[in-house]
Amino acid sequence: MNVTDILFVLFMAGGLFFFTTATIGLLRFPDFFSRLHATGKGDTLAVFLSLVGLGIYEGFSLTSLKIIFIAVFMFLAQPTATHAISRAGFRSGLKPWLKEEKKS
Amino acid sequence: MIQKSDDIIIKTLARILVPFIQIYALYVIMHGHYSPGGGFQGGVILAASIILLMITHGLKDTQKRMSEKTVAILSSSGVLIYAGIGVVCLILAGNYLDYSKLAKLLHVAPAHARSLGILGIEIGVGLAVMAVMFSVFFDISRGEVSQEDEDE
Repeated sequence: MNVTDILFVLFMAGGLFFFTTATIGLLRFPDFFSRLHATGKGDTLAVFLSLVGLGIYEGFSLTSLKIIFIAVFMFLAQPTATHAISRAGFRSGLKPWLKEEKKS
Repeated sequence: MIQKSDDIIIKTLARILVPFIQIYALYVIMHGHYSPGGGFQGGVILAASIILLMITHGLKDTQKRMSEKTVAILSSSGVLIYAGIGVVCLILAGNYLDYSKLAKLLHVAPAHARSLGILGIEIGVGLAVMAVMFSVFFDISRGEVSQEDEDE
């Protein structure tokens, strides 16, 4: 059990933790925007951590370089896609969930 | 008609990502006979990059870079490259798409000529697929315009 294995396990565990919390948020939050908030942030970080963990496991090679490229691409594209979806939802007239509406 | 997005985040990121997507598409086309991929997949990725440009920067800006005439020329030249390589093999006394006969023309070993022939075929397929995918998307989005005009 050397340093690389410990780092790999730590990164993968972090990725799985954030995937789980994002999925719980998707299932439990009340409306479109808060669900998007949970999955957009949680999944971005989880994918980044998992891919960096796989890159560490692979060591220095062409494959790990490709994995790092995918991680950077996901890190740029995923928040932007979330932003575009939430913007489209807001523009098409979806009202954000408010606590007062639930009481009345 | 697809309007230009007025959101600076989406526009900037699309502008940054489109060249990298296109380089990746060329990699998929060129590496098709060693790894998964090939002309069809690479052409679709190339078309997806232009469609991304179109849904973020609008129809007019994309038409300046890629007009309908260019799309028609690209799609027909892709088919011409594919069929042309096949016919050249026929002329050199082989079967249709029998790349090893290209060795006389290119002055290389038959195995190497086969690899180059597949590469040429994949470039042709990639060009044709890219142009046709884009023209399908182009026609769909232009169909919306005439519908709206009729309503008005």
